[in-house]
Amino acid sequence: MAEPMGFFTDPTVCIGCKACEVACKQWNQLPALDEDRRTLSGDSYDNTRKLDGTHWRHVKFVEQFDEDRRDGRWTMLSDVCKHCVQAGCLEVCPTGAIIRTEFDTVVIQSDTCNGCKACLGACPFGVIDINPVSKTAQKCTLCYDRLQAGMEPACSQACPTDSIVFGPVRELKERAGRRVDQLHAAGEKRAVLYGADENMLGGLNAFFLLVDKPEVYGLPPDPKMPTRHLATGTLATMLGAFVVGLVSLFNFRDRRAGEASAPDRDQP
Amino acid sequence: MYPRSMEDSDCVLVMGSNMAENHPVAFRWPMKAKVEHGAKLIHVDPRFTRTSAMADIYAPLRAGSDIAFLGGVVNFVLNSERWNKDPFFRTFATTYTNAASIVSSEFRDTEDMGGVFSGLMAYTGDAPEWPFNGFIGEYESSSWSYEREGGGAGGDNPGGGPRETGREDGGGPNEQPALDATKAGAGGPPYDDLVRALLQPPVQRDDTLTDPRCVLQILRRHFARYTPEMVEQVTGCPRDQFLLVAQTLLDNSGAERTSSIAYAVAWTQHTYGVQIIGCAALLQLLLGNVGRPGAGIVALRGHASIQGSTDVPTLYHSIHGYMSAPSALEPHNSLSEWLAQETQPTGYWANTPKFMVSYLKSMYGAAATRDNDFGYAWHPKIIGDHSHMPMFVAMNEGRVKGMFCIGQNPATSLNAKLERSGLRKLDWLVVKDNWLHETAMFWKTAPEVRAGEVATADIDTEVFFFPSSQVAEYDGSFTNTQRLLQWHYKAADPPGECRSDMYFTYQLGKRLKALYAGSTLPRDQGFLNLVWDYESTDPREQQLGEPESEKILKEINGYYSEEPGRHVAGPEDLADDGSTSCASWIYCGVYPSPDENRSANRQADPPGVPGAHLGWGFAWPSNRRILYNRVSADPQGKPWSERKRYVWWDEAKTQWVGLDVPDFPTTKPPTYRAPPGATGMDAHNGTDAFILKTDGVGWLYVPEGLVDGPLPTHYEPVESVVRNPLYKQQSSPVLKYWKIDGNPLAELADAKYPYVITTYRLTEHYLSGAMSRWLPWLTELQPELFVELSPELANEQGIANLDRVRISSPRATVHAKALVTRRMRPLQVAGRTVHQVGMPFHWGWEGLSTGDAANELTALVGDPNTTMHEGKTFVCNVHKA
Repeated sequence: MAEPMGFFTDPTVCIGCKACEVACKQWNQLPALDEDRRTLSGDSYDNTRKLDGTHWRHVKFVEQFDEDRRDGRWTMLSDVCKHCVQAGCLEVCPTGAIIRTEFDTVVIQSDTCNGCKACLGACPFGVIDINPVSKTAQKCTLCYDRLQAGMEPACSQACPTDSIVFGPVRELKERAGRRVDQLHAAGEKRAVLYGADENMLGGLNAFFLLVDKPEVYGLPPDPKMPTRHLATGTLATMLGAFVVGLVSLFNFRDRRAGEASAPDRDQP
Repeated sequence: MYPRSMEDSDCVLVMGSNMAENHPVAFRWPMKAKVEHGAKLIHVDPRFTRTSAMADIYAPLRAGSDIAFLGGVVNFVLNSERWNKDPFFRTFATTYTNAASIVSSEFRDTEDMGGVFSGLMAYTGDAPEWPFNGFIGEYESSSWSYEREGGGAGGDNPGGGPRETGREDGGGPNEQPALDATKAGAGGPPYDDLVRALLQPPVQRDDTLTDPRCVLQILRRHFARYTPEMVEQVTGCPRDQFLLVAQTLLDNSGAERTSSIAYAVAWTQHTYGVQIIGCAALLQLLLGNVGRPGAGIVALRGHASIQGSTDVPTLYHSIHGYMSAPSALEPHNSLSEWLAQETQPTGYWANTPKFMVSYLKSMYGAAATRDNDFGYAWHPKIIGDHSHMPMFVAMNEGRVKGMFCIGQNPATSLNAKLERSGLRKLDWLVVKDNWLHETAMFWKTAPEVRAGEVATADIDTEVFFFPSSQVAEYDGSFTNTQRLLQWHYKAADPPGECRSDMYFTYQLGKRLKALYAGSTLPRDQGFLNLVWDYESTDPREQQLGEPESEKILKEINGYYSEEPGRHVAGPEDLADDGSTSCASWIYCGVYPSPDENRSANRQADPPGVPGAHLGWGFAWPSNRRILYNRVSADPQGKPWSERKRYVWWDEAKTQWVGLDVPDFPTTKPPTYRAPPGATGMDAHNGTDAFILKTDGVGWLYVPEGLVDGPLPTHYEPVESVVRNPLYKQQSSPVLKYWKIDGNPLAELADAKYPYVITTYRLTEHYLSGAMSRWLPWLTELQPELFVELSPELANEQGIANLDRVRISSPRATVHAKALVTRRMRPLQVAGRTVHQVGMPFHWGWEGLSTGDAANELTALVGDPNTTMHEGKTFVCNVHKA
């Protein structure tokens, strides 16, 4: 296997330009939302709302201002599939459509996916959804086709401020560590890495720098693997997955309220 | 300066710009400076934007109060211990600026005159054929001049390049030299005697900087009232935030450190926009932040190649290379008159006769001879202000028959309903664009047509639509904000009948020349003699009818008239006798030989090696990346510091060397003293770094060239919610306002319109949306028009997030969804709470994403220098719909 490759995403230099979203859509030829669903969310500048089958990069906008504005910040974070070392989606896929590539990334092969949605519930991050065009489960491939051709993924190439950095995970972790040290030295003591160590699902190959609790960015604080075979799993595990789902639901908060009736909104 | 140089900045002030949102790629460089060497990033803006989100310091201010803020920084700097003690600042100001120059005893400042300068009078400059210039007053500006040796104000023409505006009276003390020069030039080239006849006595100086009439002392008095307390009163920016900004800028300036300022159209779109930018230039000159790495002012452009359209202009008032368009309102009746009026006797603009004659040769080729003034009489002349707003006023008066609308969408532009009523008065309208946008469809789907106020059947305008090809479908060059020409290549044929703008212009010219053929009328000779040979040598392009873009760039670069295959290699090769042809002297050198297109160069410097990437593209003039870079060395020619070394004098080689192309005569030593009576560059000393200025120094005080004053002064916007706290004079006494039906203004502090509104762009869309609202991937990112307002204002008006609201100004009412956010905040201004709201101006009624045009609300008012409108601040009301 080639060296594990991944993304380091740093919201402290993200300007929320959404070039990553557009570059991803263009390279992967993903459709936009249907016209009747293209509406203002009212949640800051986030109008695509979440990762799903046609949004493989999604920029979250978090506004945190005191009432008197003495303290305030606006954080943007470009979310993506984490390409977990222990990937729940891959474990539960009944057709073997989800594979681990030579780059240690996790890819859904559309031609062998039957759209059973098992992976949707197995992903603790709510990354995967059905693409309404292909009717199969889809998510970020870490531009597997580009990687095979020696190119970097479309999103990181388009990122003007290097908020999304692509590279060997080992190097990314070194870079991320230096950035955390730099932020700490500059007084930003809240800076931590999310998913950079093995405790979280064996490590996330797409990991993040955060400057607040994970929940603030819609990320589960302690993501867990689903039980391998749901049929023999305990009720507790299923509940666990449900709770994780609820957490992510909660974190999408009111921005989903207006879309509750949308058909592709099934969750575990 | 150029954006990449911001990576060398120790502090970056973004003001009048939302750089992260609207120039995200260029924003890479300040972010690099911040992340890699801890540069401080400051954003001063009415809204907390995506730029503020990245800033170390965010300072809010009331929209339009920028001069009060910057004036406060100037006052802070002038009174600071460091600026007065650090020899760097003193030396820089005395050597490289006009701080020591003495101003005429006739000059009266705003301090003495309740907020106006000496020379204010009623405006009478309109030509009867074109009564649309819009000035509400004007200055007779001769009292603003320098005092010259031998006594007396030395004329209103101390120089600094051709005039900025279309109209200026040719009178004043300069009349005599101009008259003499006209006579000296009447016999044709060489024009050396003409240049010499323009010479004036030297400017009086006081190098001790103590004379009450020296520029520095005038500055001290002028800005004394811009105290931190006053800044807080006027701008609403809390005093401690303001002081933090001022201190951070000062701390990051000097021999060892440099700060840069980035602005965009949020500084230009005011009735005093030029003065805001002038105030920033003044501040940067005081701080020594000019011509050095990481220093200067970045003028972020609003369009992809708008710098190019200034250089090879689509502007009405100038011809190529920043020369003034011949004008019927000026003494421009013959070439020698034009040259006498526009040439500067000292400094680089003494070359104007070479630039102008070479330009005329590029226009009229072999037909341009010394016997016929090189065809000067054939050149069109302007008769007033022909920019956007006056043109639409004239259109509404039925004075314009037809319009080519190429890459523009006026139906959603300023006071949009008036623009559309103008369009309805045209006989014909040509729209050339990507989509059937609002201007192409105004006759069918405009709001007043859908409302039944106007019937399509009653509109006589004949509308033609030409579909455009895209940038990847033809060869050509871009000139970006840093004056960098970059060639781009065709990747595919355009679909169907889509063609480039070059095609359209070339084919139109060919057809018009055919229609003029055989005419003997004198007025048609210019068209008949116009050089128009751009036929492609590529059979495929010939078939499409597309011209050869290389031929156009070659003509712009220039060649020897008798030997077109031999190109001129730089502006120094140009001659005033017709032996050279060159459309735009500033681009001279981009195509030094027929097989070398330097705009196509793609050689970047290797990583980690300091340099200016001279092998990448071509930056005018002469491939210089930083202008006036002589000041990166001290008066003796040594780098100010190791950290900021850039260009310096090499004693061994006896020439200027460095990381960039020196912006100075290569072998002129720092010790050179100009002999009396010298002209051109010989008249500049070895320390006179500002080679385009007659006096070779940067202007803190602007003795000539601006129509609204030699120093920046805080005026309120035309529509304001407060009385000017600084002066009796409320707003600019010489601004432009067109008092016509449909263009009413709110009263001062009008209770019907209690809120300040500003308009702007979002990353996700482009300008009027004509390029972005038809793309699903972009419209899903920002699908609907919104108005941003604070929770405080929302409460006051009973508005909830996502409510549909009505926004009204004296001109119109529009609807939008409310986006309630704490990123907007009420400010305390002059003892009261001021609410501000913001609206993006990307929407219109055509395309995949539709909504009202925010520009329905704006007024036809303009900056007196540029006729730029005031879309960045006016007044409105907001109600739940």
